[in-house]
Parts: sequence; C-alpha cells; structure tokens
Amino acid sequence: MKSDTIAAVATALSNSGISIIRVSGEEAVNVVNSVFVSKSGKHILKNVKSHTIHYGFIYKNDEMIDEVMVSVMKAPKSFTMEDVVEINCHGGILVTKKILELVILQGARLAMPGEFTKRAFLNGRIDLTKAEAIMDLIEAKSDYALKSSAKQLKGVVYDKVKQLREKIIYEIAFIESAIDDPEHISLDGFYERLGQVTDEVLQEVDHLLEQSENGVLLKNGINTVIVGKPNAGKSSLLNRLVGEEKAIVTDVAGTTRDVLKETITLHGISLNLIDTAGIHETEDKVEKIGVDRAKDFAKDADLIVYVVDSSVPLDDSDDEIIDLIREKKTIVLLNKSDLSTVTDEVSISKKLAQGNKNICRMIKTSTKENVGIDEFEHTIKEMFFQGNISLEDEIYITNLRQKEYLYDTKNSLVLVKQSLADEMPEDFYSIDLMNAYTSLGLIIGEEVEDDLVQEIFSKFCMGK
Amino acid sequence: MSDIKISDIREEVDVCIIGAGHAGCEAALACARNGLETVIFTVSVDSIALMPCNPNIGGSSKGHLVRELDAMGGEMGKIIDKTFIQSKMLNVSKGPAVHSLRAQADKQSYTMEMRRVLENTDHLTIKQAEVTELLADYDESSDKYMITGVRIYNGGVYKCKAVVLCTGTYLNARCLCGESITYTGPNGLQAATGLTDSLKSYGIEMQRFKTGTPARMDARSIDFSKMEEQTGDEKIVPFSFSTNPDEIQKEQISCWLTYTNEETHEIIRANLDRSPIYAGIIEGTGPRYCPSIEDKVVKFADKNRHQVFIEPEGLNTNEMYVGGMSSSLPEDVQIKMYRTVPGLENCKIVRNAYAIEYDCIKPDQLYPSLAFKKFDGLYSGGQFNGSSGYEEAAVQGLIAGINAARYIQEKDPIVIDRSEGYIGVLIDDLVTKDNREPYRMMTSRSEYRLLLRQDNADLRLRKLGYEAGLISQQEYDYVVEKEKLINEEVSRLQLFKVGANKRTQEFLAAHDSAPLKTGTTMAELMCRPELTYEMLAEIDDERPSLSADVIEQVNINIKYDGYIKRQQKQVEQFKKIENKKIPEDICYDDVNSLRLEAKQKLNKYRPVSVGQASRISGVSPADISVLLIYLETYYKNKQ
Repeated sequence: MKSDTIAAVATALSNSGISIIRVSGEEAVNVVNSVFVSKSGKHILKNVKSHTIHYGFIYKNDEMIDEVMVSVMKAPKSFTMEDVVEINCHGGILVTKKILELVILQGARLAMPGEFTKRAFLNGRIDLTKAEAIMDLIEAKSDYALKSSAKQLKGVVYDKVKQLREKIIYEIAFIESAIDDPEHISLDGFYERLGQVTDEVLQEVDHLLEQSENGVLLKNGINTVIVGKPNAGKSSLLNRLVGEEKAIVTDVAGTTRDVLKETITLHGISLNLIDTAGIHETEDKVEKIGVDRAKDFAKDADLIVYVVDSSVPLDDSDDEIIDLIREKKTIVLLNKSDLSTVTDEVSISKKLAQGNKNICRMIKTSTKENVGIDEFEHTIKEMFFQGNISLEDEIYITNLRQKEYLYDTKNSLVLVKQSLADEMPEDFYSIDLMNAYTSLGLIIGEEVEDDLVQEIFSKFCMGK
Repeated sequence: MSDIKISDIREEVDVCIIGAGHAGCEAALACARNGLETVIFTVSVDSIALMPCNPNIGGSSKGHLVRELDAMGGEMGKIIDKTFIQSKMLNVSKGPAVHSLRAQADKQSYTMEMRRVLENTDHLTIKQAEVTELLADYDESSDKYMITGVRIYNGGVYKCKAVVLCTGTYLNARCLCGESITYTGPNGLQAATGLTDSLKSYGIEMQRFKTGTPARMDARSIDFSKMEEQTGDEKIVPFSFSTNPDEIQKEQISCWLTYTNEETHEIIRANLDRSPIYAGIIEGTGPRYCPSIEDKVVKFADKNRHQVFIEPEGLNTNEMYVGGMSSSLPEDVQIKMYRTVPGLENCKIVRNAYAIEYDCIKPDQLYPSLAFKKFDGLYSGGQFNGSSGYEEAAVQGLIAGINAARYIQEKDPIVIDRSEGYIGVLIDDLVTKDNREPYRMMTSRSEYRLLLRQDNADLRLRKLGYEAGLISQQEYDYVVEKEKLINEEVSRLQLFKVGANKRTQEFLAAHDSAPLKTGTTMAELMCRPELTYEMLAEIDDERPSLSADVIEQVNINIKYDGYIKRQQKQVEQFKKIENKKIPEDICYDDVNSLRLEAKQKLNKYRPVSVGQASRISGVSPADISVLLIYLETYYKNKQ
C-alpha cells in the first residue's frame, strides 16, 4: 500500500526557465529527502525548519540529475495544509521528467488532475465560493486524462497488457475456484505452474518498462484529422505533406481501406495525419461505413483540418461537417485556389458564426499547385508553440502514469514470488495477483468490476 | 392505502415477520429478544427453517457467515451444532483465512430444533397464514410510506410498526420438472400468490430468479460399494462460539462420492429439448455457481465426468441427496440419467429433481441496513433480496430483524461494513451492484479476506451483537478479556529476545530449522514456516498458560503479520471515505459538475456514504472527488 503522498510538475512542462515539482502529503519530506543532497553532501531535509529553502542536488543513486533549490512547508501552513516540498529545478523537459519520476519511485503517487486544489479545499484552505470552479476543473481534466490515456497506447502495447491480464486472472480464478469448491478442484502441482507464469508475466512487464523508458508505449504526436466533402482535395493534401521531403516516421497502413494514417514531423512536431472518407449522404453501404468512421476519428482528433473546395458552393454536407467539428481546434483550408472562387472566407464565416469558436485560421491553398502549404505548416507550428494545440504534457504525464502502474504491477508480482518462496498457502498469492491485475487494468483504462467471478464461472465447473 | 376495518384487526404487535425460513427465524428472534412483540407468519408451521435443497450448513465462505451470525447473537450456528451428523473443516491445507466449516444436517432435527427455540422465545408468536397484503400510509412530507400492518389471506389484519419480508422462494413460485409444471413453493408447499401485487402497488420493483435442486433417492437402492466414502473430521469444531467443543464430539455418518460418465452426458444431450431451461420455458435467471447437470454438460463439454456426492438427509430417513446433479429434465429422463452413474444403477427416486422460479426484489431498493428506501418500517432479507443459500439468508434476516427492532426503539441502524465481515460484503454487494442472478457468498468477493477469518468472527463482531441486544454481558466480557490476552501475548513474543546460544541452536537443529546467526525475537522465529507457537514452548520460559482459542489467534497474528498489516492499512484507506456520510436528502441534480451518468446512478442507488458511492459502477474517481467537495460545502453551509 502506497502512502498517500502526491507529486506533480506545478509549472508548465516546457524547455524554458525553471520548473517546480510539488510534493504533498505525510511522506513529502521523507520522499524528497531520499533524493536530495545538500551542498555538504547530506540528507538534511528531515531536520529543517518549516518555510525554509535549501540549496543542493538531486541524485538518482550516484548520478547527479540537477542542481536545485528545495523549499519545505510543513502542515498546516502550506497550500494543501499538508507537508509540502517543492523542488525548483533547472527546467528542461528531460530533467523535470527525471526528477518527477524519481519522486514517484520513492513512494509518492502521481497526482490526479486537480488533486492539489482538491486537497487544499478539503483541508479548509480555500473558501467555499471556489467549490464550484474546483469541481468543474476536476471533472473536465479527468475526462480529458481518461480519454487520452488508454487511447494513446500503441495497439501492440494494449494487446500485450490485455493478454497479460488474461493470464493473471486465469490463475486467480483457478486458486479461487479451488478455495470455493475444494472437493471439486485441486491445486496439486500448482506451485510450479504459478511460479512459471509469474516469471513469464514479470519478464513481459520488465520489457514494457524498458519500452516506457523510451516513451514508445504511446502513440506520439498530435492526432490531426483531415475532413471534408469528397473530392475537396484531402488526399492530395496528405500526399503533399507526406510526399515531399518530410521525414516519414512510421508508415502505418490504414486500418481499413477507408482511412489512411501517416505520421510526419513538421518543424520537430509529430503529427498523426489521418485522411478520412469524404463526408456526405450516401446509400452505399461500404461507403457509409467509411463516412461513419470518419466521424468517429473527427471526434477524437486533437486538431481538425477542414478542407473546403472553394470552387463549389457550400451545402448540407458542409453543415454536417461543421456540426461535427464544433468543439474542435480547426484549420480551414480553402482549397483549389487555382480555380475560380465560389466559396470564400466570408461565406464560411457565416456558416460558422453559430458554430465553431475554435477556428484558428483560414488559409487559401492549392494542393495541386502547392500554394499555401508552407503557410499551413507554419500555422501548425505557431499554434503548437502558442499552446493552442499541446499534447506533449499530456503524453508525457500519461506515459509516466502508465509507467507508475507498470511498476505497481511489477512490485505485486515480486510479492507473489516472495509468497511462493516463503511457501505461503495458495490463498495468499491471489491477493498480490489481484493487485497486479488491477494495476494492469488501469493502464488500459479498464476497471475490475466482477471480472473474477465471471472468470471463475466461465472457466471452472463448480457447484452442487 | 391502509384502509383498515376495526373488526378485521386480529392483533396489534410491534413487528410482523413474513416467512419462517432461515432469514425469517433469525429476524423474528432478533426482534423478540429485544423485547418487541413479534409475530412470524408461515404458510406451514411444519416447514419452519426448512432445508429444501442441500442437507448441510456452511462450506467455503458460508461457514464464515454462520460464524459471524453466531458472534452477532444469531441462532443458526447453535442449531446446527445440536443437529449435525457429520462435520468437516474445509481448506485446512490452505491459509487460515479460507478455512471454512461445513456440517451435514439432520434436516428434520434442524427444523424441529429451530421450531422449539421459536416456540420458547418470549414475545414471539408463530402464526400459520399467508400474508397477502402490506399495509402502509403515504406521508407526503417525507415522500415515504409508513408501515401500519399486514393483511392475511382471510382478510384479518395484524397492525404493527415494522415488517420484515423474508418470503424466500415462495412468491408466485412454480416448479418445473420437464413438461410438468406445478404452481407450488419448494417441496410441494403452498406458494404465496397475493403479496407480489401488493408490493408492486407500492412501486416496489420485482424480478424473477430461478434455482434448482437434485433428486432424493432411497438409500436401499444405492450400491455404496461402488463409491468412495467421505468421512467427517476426527476432531469436530463447533460453529457456535458458545458451544463447548467437548460436548459435541460424536459418531458421524459418511457421505459418498461417485461420478457421471459419457453415457450420462449422452442421455442429457439427447433430451436437452425437453429441459425447460433449454426449451425456453423458464424465464428466471439462474445461478452460475450451482449449475444444473444439463448446464455442466453443455458448458463444459470437454469434461468427461462430473463429481456426484451422495449425502444423507438425516438419521431417521432413507432419503439421500444427490449433490452435483440438480436438473429440470422430465422424470423419465431423470431416471435414465441417474441410473448411468456407478452405484445408482438400480436407484429409486423418492423426490424428483426440479427447478423453481420465484419473485424477488431488485435489492438496489434497500439501504445497507436492509430497510426499504421508500418506506419507514419495512425491511427484508434472504432469497427475497436476490441471494441464494441458507446462510446468506440467515445473516440478512438477522440484520433486517436487528434494524427493524432498532427502528422501533428509535436507535441508529447497525451496519457491518466490508472491512468488518462477510455479512457486510454480502449486503453491500446486494444493495450496491447490479445483481442479475441469485447472489452467493464467495471468499474472493471479500477484499480484506485475511482479516475476516472464521476463527476471529467473535473478536470482530461480538461487541456489535452486544450493542444489538443479542449478546449477554458475560459473553461480551469474555471476548474483551480474550482480546486483551491475545494482544499481551503477541507483544510479549515480539519483544522476547532469543539469543543465538547453544540452547536455541540445538532446538532449531532438532526441528530442521536453520541456525541463528545473531539474536532475534520469539515472534521472528514463529514466522518460520517449520516452527509453531506450540513447538517454541521448549525455549520459552516465560510463557503464560493460555486457552486454545487465544493461542490460535496469537499464532495467526504473528505468522501472517506482514500480510495482515498490509490489509489493515488498506482498511484504513477504505474507512476514510466509508465514514463520509451522504445526507439522505441530497439532490444530485444540484451538483453541476457531476457527469450525467454519475447523477443518474447516484439518484438510483442513493448511497449512504461516499464509500458506497465509489463502488457503484459508472461513478468515476473524478465524480467521487466532486462529490467530496460538494459535501464539504454542504456541511459547512449547514453549520
């Protein structure tokens, strides 16, 4: 059981200036003390006074990570009214990440969205009038976090985690059915098998942890979905962007013939480009599936590129598209600028007046003549650096959260091995196996519910 | 709704208990023992505490329930201790948390013994009559009904302040045996057909469940020489903490084990179209944990045999229960099917196997106190709440009875939470989760299993039983003293230094245990798998003389210390939000930030604590954070 001490990066995670890592809870001082060494080479934090600041270094074992200032604020005179320690480090995404991770490994838990504020409130630090705002914040942020975490997992990683979970739950169900119905189900020879399975799963978890070091558990990049009516020039746009001397990071074949995905890097920013079927009313069954999928992708997009054929008038299908992308950050491309203009910024703006407030830019382009593409690329870069589209924070936090769960899984499995070595009775294994199962579930966003009971009854024949 | 003619009134009492099965009996005793005038209704006095299915009490996790019931002052454990004919502690090769007691009962003696107890309890009256109507007044200010009484089949009215519904499988029951359908309760007893409509008229939501039982056979027609004998334990452990173990050591009867085979399965497969379940005649949802033999053969087609336990129904009867082969196939198929089993070639069936369908409630209409949310004074327990099993029924009856009594006494309800007992797990699961089949207890349903052992049920719950008025001062004092002795001995052992001296090393060598490198404590030595408290007496000169039940606790507490501490920490976390109460009048629509799904679910279940809210499926951790903040402002504004 982890102590309920939480940690997070309190400043924006960027390459600029100074970053602050905030730790709050009963163990805050102990946690930071174990990685912080003062100028005199000692772990001094346990003995310092409240509201003092200390110069020193953060160490990961023998490796010095950064030169920092650490401030200690003891309960109740702190933001959360708990013990709070803040590490002021030299910014830089890499260093900040490393320090946060260290703190997590020392027993703090990654804070949930809005959790510091929630604690501050529950401990009476913030007055009642703010309650509403805090509740909104928590719900909004959690919704986003929830959506992003499981979805950002790579398909293979997702499948692997699922597979490991299935292995584990089968073993638990076996133990539990034997406990429940000892006269029907025997555990003879189970020790050896469980030892083997635990080793196998542990190995896989270690492998996933290695991968998480490199951040490759997650799909990187901004999900950029290209939408528009058929023949607006969506595919030509994709080809333009991919086909020129852009670095193609991966080349994932479309999961279906109706959606094409490419990952490209623009000025150091990864974009997952998703070209979708043209959205319009159709009776054709196959085409309809494509249209529906296009809509699904649009819903999950971080950024929408809405390609409009400026040589034809807007119609009902455009209404439908505008409705679909209402809540989305959108760049509108008025394509086919090489032809005579029928639809221009004004007519689009009219349509949009009652709809999307997130339109960031309208650009005239001709994918055929390669006009306006530079401006489009530049816009994306600008939006990213202005924070209009930002994903790196979330991706990073997601990655760290997944990693934390992987560590939890690993720790639980190590405890199973310990119980096996200690020759504990079988019912003890299922405690830690269940913890491992739960932690893995958090990675892919699945709750436990009554999985175990289901598994017992579907895999083992029991009963009178 | 309660329009009562004075001339119809038969009695005015405190509590009416409807049904005298395992739930009803416990509920009635809990009320009467608290000095409340209580009437218990049954369709047949001869069927009090009837065991219409398996002839045993206890088993994995169910044994825990009986122990807990006994610790709380319930009756089941005491009755089975008097009427068992074989006893066995299950899972003794596994950890102490899953040891579970099971006893074969003499069914008739069990019934008679419970009846004798009811008949000799002050303030308790048994009444043979079918209750057909619930009487209650609607109170507009609280938008709740208030119980005023019950009406029986002939129009007679019993006025009362509280009612406990324990109708078991009797409501609109029908029994199915192939094409033959009879509209009766279990064992051919009269079904209760009036009450469902009355309950529905108050807006109580009902559902339909089913269960089944195997055939009973004449022992003289069974060839036991073809079966494996299953004997009881040499040393019998009683269920009740009040039973003296020395007084119940006795001669036991045996059960017998045989197996089905491919021939059996072939007959079943060939006749599946005549099974009411597979033919779609049964509408109710059946339990997966006691599948009919048809289900086993279909779902586990790769298994070429299934176990069959032949268990006696009592000492004074030839009837044998055929465990493992419940069925709703028609009689002719049953005869053929049973006769393929070794030892049953010439079997004569006394009672056919059958499936039974019945009305029960959706238990999300109840609070964890087992009170109906929409009523003042209405409680329910047992299969009526969608559970299954005698033991599950009994514990709910006890809690419903206790809380009905406390309602009349104007005391706060007693609720056992998930960290205090299996009873708490069972009731919380029932009222918080979406149950689609009869609910049976399993040890895996408890997240704090290591703490909720059958051996420490008295330490966990005696005090609560005392508070409920069902445990005597003497019994209470005993457990307080026991707790003190355990704690003293555990800390003595933890502080007791053992040197790496000659005496110690010789002792360790004699028990094949590794020698000490440096000094340690007695407790550390006890943690070694090969050593026990009893063995260590040899090198423990300061040991006090303690009773066996204290020693057992000392042993477990020290041996599993690490695991127990971890679970205790989890319980601390659990208690934090479990103790955050939600006011009854909370309006979730006022909590703007809650997601729509969460609002709907919270409105439906109306949880009593944030802990309970967190277990409702569809309520996310973020919703819980929001709820916590809302409650904080709610209570502060009230101050």
